[in-house]
This record gives sequence, C-alpha cells and structure tokens, in this order.
Amino acid sequence: MIEVEGLTVAFGRVQVVRDVSFTVAPGECLAVVGESGSGKSVTARALVGLAGPRAHVTARRLAFDGQDLTGLAERDWRAVRGRRIGLILQDALTSLDPLRTVGAEIAESLRTHRVVPRAETGARVRSLLTDVGVPEPERRARQHPHELSGGLRQRALIASVLAAGPRLLVADEPTTALDVTVQAQILELLGALKERGAGLLLISHDLAVVARLADRVAVMKEGAVVEQDTTAQVLSNPQHAYTKSLIAAVPMEPVAIRVSVQATESPATESSATESSAAEGPATASLFAGSPSAASLFVGSPFALQAENVSKRFRAPDGSLRHAVDGVSFHVRMGETLGIVGESGSGKTTAARIALGLIEPDQGRVLLSGRPWSGIPERDRRARRRTIQAVHQDPLSSFDPRYTVERVVAEAAALSGVRGRDRTRRVTELLDQVGLPATVLRRHPRELSGGQRQRVAIARALAPGPDVLVCDEPVSALDVSIQAQILDLLAALRRDLNVAMIFISHDLGVIRQVSDRVAVMKDARVVETGPVGEVFTAPAEPYTKALLAAVPSFPGYTPGHPEKRSATRAALDSASPSAALRSGRS
Amino acid sequence: MRTLLKRLVAGLAVLYGAASLAFLSLHLIPGDPVAILLGPATTASPEVRRQISAELGFDRPLLTQYLGHLGRLASGDLGSSYQLQRPVGWLIADQLGPTVQLAVAAIVVALALALISAITTAGRHPAARALASAWELTAVSLPSYWLGVLLLTAFSFHLRLFPIIGGDGPAALVLPAVTLALPIAGVLAQVLREGLESALAQPFALTARARGLSQTAVRLRHALRHAAGSLATLAGWLVGTLLGGAVLVETVFGRPGLGALTLQAVQNRDMPVVMGVVLVSALTFVVISALVDLLYLAIDPRLRGAVVA
Repeated sequence: MIEVEGLTVAFGRVQVVRDVSFTVAPGECLAVVGESGSGKSVTARALVGLAGPRAHVTARRLAFDGQDLTGLAERDWRAVRGRRIGLILQDALTSLDPLRTVGAEIAESLRTHRVVPRAETGARVRSLLTDVGVPEPERRARQHPHELSGGLRQRALIASVLAAGPRLLVADEPTTALDVTVQAQILELLGALKERGAGLLLISHDLAVVARLADRVAVMKEGAVVEQDTTAQVLSNPQHAYTKSLIAAVPMEPVAIRVSVQATESPATESSATESSAAEGPATASLFAGSPSAASLFVGSPFALQAENVSKRFRAPDGSLRHAVDGVSFHVRMGETLGIVGESGSGKTTAARIALGLIEPDQGRVLLSGRPWSGIPERDRRARRRTIQAVHQDPLSSFDPRYTVERVVAEAAALSGVRGRDRTRRVTELLDQVGLPATVLRRHPRELSGGQRQRVAIARALAPGPDVLVCDEPVSALDVSIQAQILDLLAALRRDLNVAMIFISHDLGVIRQVSDRVAVMKDARVVETGPVGEVFTAPAEPYTKALLAAVPSFPGYTPGHPEKRSATRAALDSASPSAALRSGRS
Repeated sequence: MRTLLKRLVAGLAVLYGAASLAFLSLHLIPGDPVAILLGPATTASPEVRRQISAELGFDRPLLTQYLGHLGRLASGDLGSSYQLQRPVGWLIADQLGPTVQLAVAAIVVALALALISAITTAGRHPAARALASAWELTAVSLPSYWLGVLLLTAFSFHLRLFPIIGGDGPAALVLPAVTLALPIAGVLAQVLREGLESALAQPFALTARARGLSQTAVRLRHALRHAAGSLATLAGWLVGTLLGGAVLVETVFGRPGLGALTLQAVQNRDMPVVMGVVLVSALTFVVISALVDLLYLAIDPRLRGAVVA
C-alpha cells in the first residue's frame, strides 16, 4: 500500500532520517520504534509531506497505491492528506483544536474532502463517533476536547482522522498520554481498524504497545533503521545491540517474568533479600528487592512519614465538593520505598502534596519522623521542610530559567547551613553523587538533556540532606534507556543514604521495579496495599487485577493470542467504570 | 453571578480611585486654587477672589469639599466648567461623538493592517518576517504629530485627496484615523504574529494540515482564534493609547473631540472639565475590561469552567 525506499530527510546539513525503507500492506501493522531524536516522528510526517518547511526530503521511491509521492505539489499533497493517508498524533487535548468542538474538527475533515453533502455532515459526524465507540455522539460532538475524558477525546481524534476514509493510518505515539486501562481500549480500537483492512504505521517508544499491535517492527536509531523483522523475532530474538539494549531497559514486567538480558549478572552483589526472592525468577534480580521478605526488612526501621486517614476535598467547577483523597493511610520507613500507583485523577498527586505539607488535609493527620506535620502553623513547618524533598516529572519547569545548575543546587544546599566556599565543594560533591560532571556547573538546565536535568533535580532534592524523598512521576517523561539509568540512580542513592522514598507513578512496571511496598489508588482511595511482590503477583482487588491485565504484555508476546485479550477485556468490563464507555464494535 | 458582582465592585473601586486622585491632584498642588484658576496675569481684587472662592466652595474644609465632590459625582453631576460656564456632562457628551468615531475608525484600520501583516508573514520566510517586523517597529516609533503633518502634506496639500482641516463626513476621518492607527497597528501585528506562530507550532495545527487543509486555511480557521486571545489582553493599553493619541491627532487635524476639549481645559486650568474627562476615561476603561473578559469566554471554551465528562 505504501512503499518507501531510501527515504532521507535533512534539515540543512543534518540528516535526521537516513536511507529508510519499508512497506506497509493493507491490514498490516508496521511499528517503528526508537527513542526521542531517532527520526521516527519525522519519518511519519514525511509520509504526509509535512516534515516541515525547512526539511529536504528525498527518496528513491515513495509511493502510495502505486501513485508516486516524490515531488508532489502542495496542492496534490492536500488531496492525499486525510483522504488517503491519515495522521493520528499523541494527545487529543493538544492535537485537536482546543477552541473548537470535536464535532467541528471531524466535520472539517468531511468538508475539506467533500466526503458527504453539506446537509449530511452532522449525521456523518455522529456515525463516525459511534464507529469509534463514543457513546452519546450527539452530545459529545458539541463538546470541546477538554470536556472529554482522555480515552473519549483520543477516540474523537481518531474519528476525525477516519472521516475522509484514509486507507493508511500513521499513528505517532497514539496512546502515550493515556492511562493504562484507556490505552488498552485505544489499542483495541486500532487493532479493529487494522482487521477491517487499514494499513497501520505505528510510531512508538513503548515496546509493550508495539508487541500488542504490530506484525512487523522496524527499530530506528539516529535516523537509520538498524533492524527490521517480524515482531516476535525482534522482541524475542533481537539481533542488533541497540535493540537488545532497548529491550533490556524496559522496566520490569509487572506480572510476567522478564526475560532479562541482565539475568546473568552476578546476584552476589545483592543482599540476601534478593536471593530470597530469586524464586520468582530473574525478574526481581534488580537493585530493588521486591519480595515480601524484603519489605519485612524495614519493620525495625523507624517511621519516616505516616499519613493516617487523611482526606481532602476540593470544590469542583460546578460548585460541588469532590474528594481528591478520601480516608487514605500510608506510611514509609527509613530506607524503604513506597510506590503509589493509580490512573490520572486517582488522587496520587494530592496525596504527595499532603505528604510534602503543601496541602493541609481536611481530616486525618500526617507525621514526619514521628512528629506532627499536619495541623501545625507554617512557621513551625518551615524549619523542617528541608527534611522532606520532592522530585517532579518535568524538572525544567521547576528550575528558575535564569539560574545555572550550580545556583540551583547551591540554593538548596544552603538550607542545610552550608556556606561560602564549602558550598561549591558540596555542590560538586552532590553532582558527582548523581553522576554529573563538574562541567555542568556553569550551564543552564535548558541546555541539558532530559536525563541530566532529572539528575540535577535529584541533586537539588538531596542537597539539604532529607529523610524523605517524594518523587512524582520522575521518569515518565524520559526515554526508556534514560529512565532505566535514573531508576538505577535512585536505587543506589536510597541504599547509600538510607532515605525513605515515596514514588508515584502510573507505570506499573516502574513501580514494581523500585518499590518495597505499594499502594494502589483509585477514585481518591487506597484500594489495595501491601508488599509489592504480593500485590503484583496475587492481587486481591478486582481493580488491581484489571490494572495489571491492561498493561500490554511484553515480551510474553504470542501472535494472535485471543484468549489473553478477551481475558483482559473481561477483567476490564467488570472492574473499570470507563470500560462501560468502550466500543462495542471491536 | 458572583464573578459579575466582583467585577462591579472592582469597577466602582477604579472609578472611586480616579475621582479621588483627580480631586487630590487639584487640591494638593501648591498655591491657592483661585489664583491658579485665574492665572498669573489677573488683577482681581481680594474681594472678588473671596467671592469666587465661596462660590466654588474652596473656603470650606477639605473633607467637606471631598465628600461633596464624591456626592455630586455619585448623582451623576460632573460640575460646571469654569471657563465655558456649561455643565461638564454636556460638554463631554457633545465631544464624545467625534472621538468615538475617530477611535473606532482607527481600531478598524489598525486591526486590518495588523491582520494582513501578521497572517501573511507568520512562520514564513525569514526575510518576509524581517521586512514586516521592520515596518511594524517603524510604525510604533513614529510620533503621531509628525506623522499627521506628513500625511496632511502629502495627501491634502499635494494630492488634494482629503480636506485639509476640520470638515465632516468620512473623507475627513481618513487621515486622522490612519495617523492614530499606524503605531497601534505596529504593536498589534507583532503580538498577533507571536500568537499565530505559537498556535501554528502546536500539534493541532499539524493535525489540521494532515487533514488536508491548506496553510492559509489553518491560519484563518484555527490559529487566528488562538492569537485573538493575546490581542484581547492589549485592550487596556489600547484604550489609553487611543485617548492619549486623540489629544494629539485632534489638535493636528483641527478636529473637535474629547482630545481637543481636554487640551483646552488643561491649558485654561478648567479643573471640572479635566476631572470629567478623567472619570469618563476611567469608566471607558472599566467597561472595556469587562467586555474583554466576556470576549475571552467567547474565544476560549476552556475558561467557561471545566465540566469533565
């Protein structure tokens, strides 16, 4: 259907895509995987002639259904875009015009290509929304993207792309911004479109998503395809070193046992806790010990932070009071890591802010190092603030843009009373601790890579010598290989410094890898809590089961595994409220 | 409802502040108000001065004067002009028409110029952008009295396209409106281009292009509405610039209007008129700000209170 041979895209002298070749047939899904900057998105955009005004695109062959696309005039490109090739982007909140209704966006596709007579536009918009599994299409069409849930608006975005009936869909990270249960539903929708005969080019950094949907995989690195084969072959028997490292960097499989490349690494360097959990397989042979016995190691350790039955209500825009957290209890001991996992809106971040003493709970109390931390005046809290520090998802926005790295860290170090010449020494020491060279001292955070910035954020959090570290989605914005490095760093620091850590994430794999104990949050409550090994291998609550089942399995990948998929669906139907909104058509 | 009430209270506070400041500045400037009123060249006898003072209430305590001043304002009485011996309200009402005409014409011209300049050059070739930017910066920096005289010389004296001075009807409005509009257009175009470019850089612009829309269609149907939001923030500045600009432009072109009235009042130390103009300006400012807030709601549905489905 689409044939690409020798595609090269250059911006000035820099070639961001180099000699890339692939084909996609009707009813087939080719996944292009790679980390940010690998050129996968530019490849996707080049297929619709939108690589950018300054991009120089050349190809030996670029053809859709036999029609040559090289050197196509802008006018002719417009007839191809939307009508023959559709482009689905990441997050419908920004990929659909936020100022217009989703109905207007879908109608625009219909009008641009004169798909139906003007009078029938409204009816077609509704039938398209029904097709992608949006209930109450009449009402939804009149709403704006921000008024829809993440899953619904992604469906609406897909409906707007399907409107003019393109036969090839190019999906650039179509589920990256979504919660795991919603992601499962969108993947199912894309799978159904594929089965109906659409060709699908899936761009993703997430190997688990790829495993679920793709027939073939192309791995891109620095603009070139380094490996291309069937999905089963690439994931279970990777040939190229880069592919192997990508697979190795995937966080621990939450349920299935990871076929770990590092499985042979000497467990001798690990504590006995790790060995006791070795029965679970090599998956747990990481720096973190995720077994019940490991959790019990901390029983003798003093409490770092306790939240007892805390509740916080906020006023919703319609004036009603809504619980952000509702009777939530959790604790973390020195040296221990508590993982808090849940989907967006479950109250994780509010819980974190209560722990940090930034939000005063309406009910319940918080103890920091055994002393009251809630219900006290801010004046009394301020002196103790240095003992609890935070690491956020997006460090860049938490740095003053005019500060150098040195100043960012030094400011925090000053909290522990380090002054004058000692301060520079201390900053260098901290940077060294997080694996940054002293050469970054004079640089600004914006000049650093995402991973380096997160290291600076960690150094800043460590600078005042805290007892508790609250990490809110600290690796969610990072590529998997960088993510793995940051997780390793946090593990090492926790071991060396014996700090308590509250680690918040939507990613079950990451949570499993870093936590000793885990608390699963849903609708403002903690629905299940316990040692991470127990919760993940023998979940008691239906919601936890649904959450685990919705994680795209990797590499337990088997082509056409209907039982597995329907089991996931059954679990979702019973447990997830959003499951009721799902398509009945897939 | 509550926000409406808040707005009303804030608006009244602005008006009260303007009235008080105007009153204070009149009474706190050193010297006898009667002497200031009469000017340095006066030969009025002390009796006459006392008489004037009593007539205008200057002999009463400051606080009484202040409260009286506020009370009169609250009942809608702006007082009487010292010079023209007519109620200030009437004077302003007479002159408001031409100024509003001028201001509206100037806004229309400025918006048209800014739209053309921004839409055609946003995110396009660097050379085109630089050129557009250059004319905009020039327009911003032009002093309007100089620009007015230049336009008059070219179009009225030499080409005889427009009346030289005063006059009625649309022809007489063209040159003053353009004079007032050009610097405003420069600023609006810069802000508009910035807004368009940031909108075009967002993913939805790519989605729209991938749908088969042309570049121009994306600009007009999607990006423009986003950019309009950043324009609306300039409304306060716009009111000030238009009123300030009107003083100069009306003088240069010999047009009647609030600007001309203000200039005359200041020159003659006709304080009630000056205070009246200050209050009318403040009122305009309050009303425009309220309208802009409504405009924001119309432009951006996300501000209408999120109702998550």
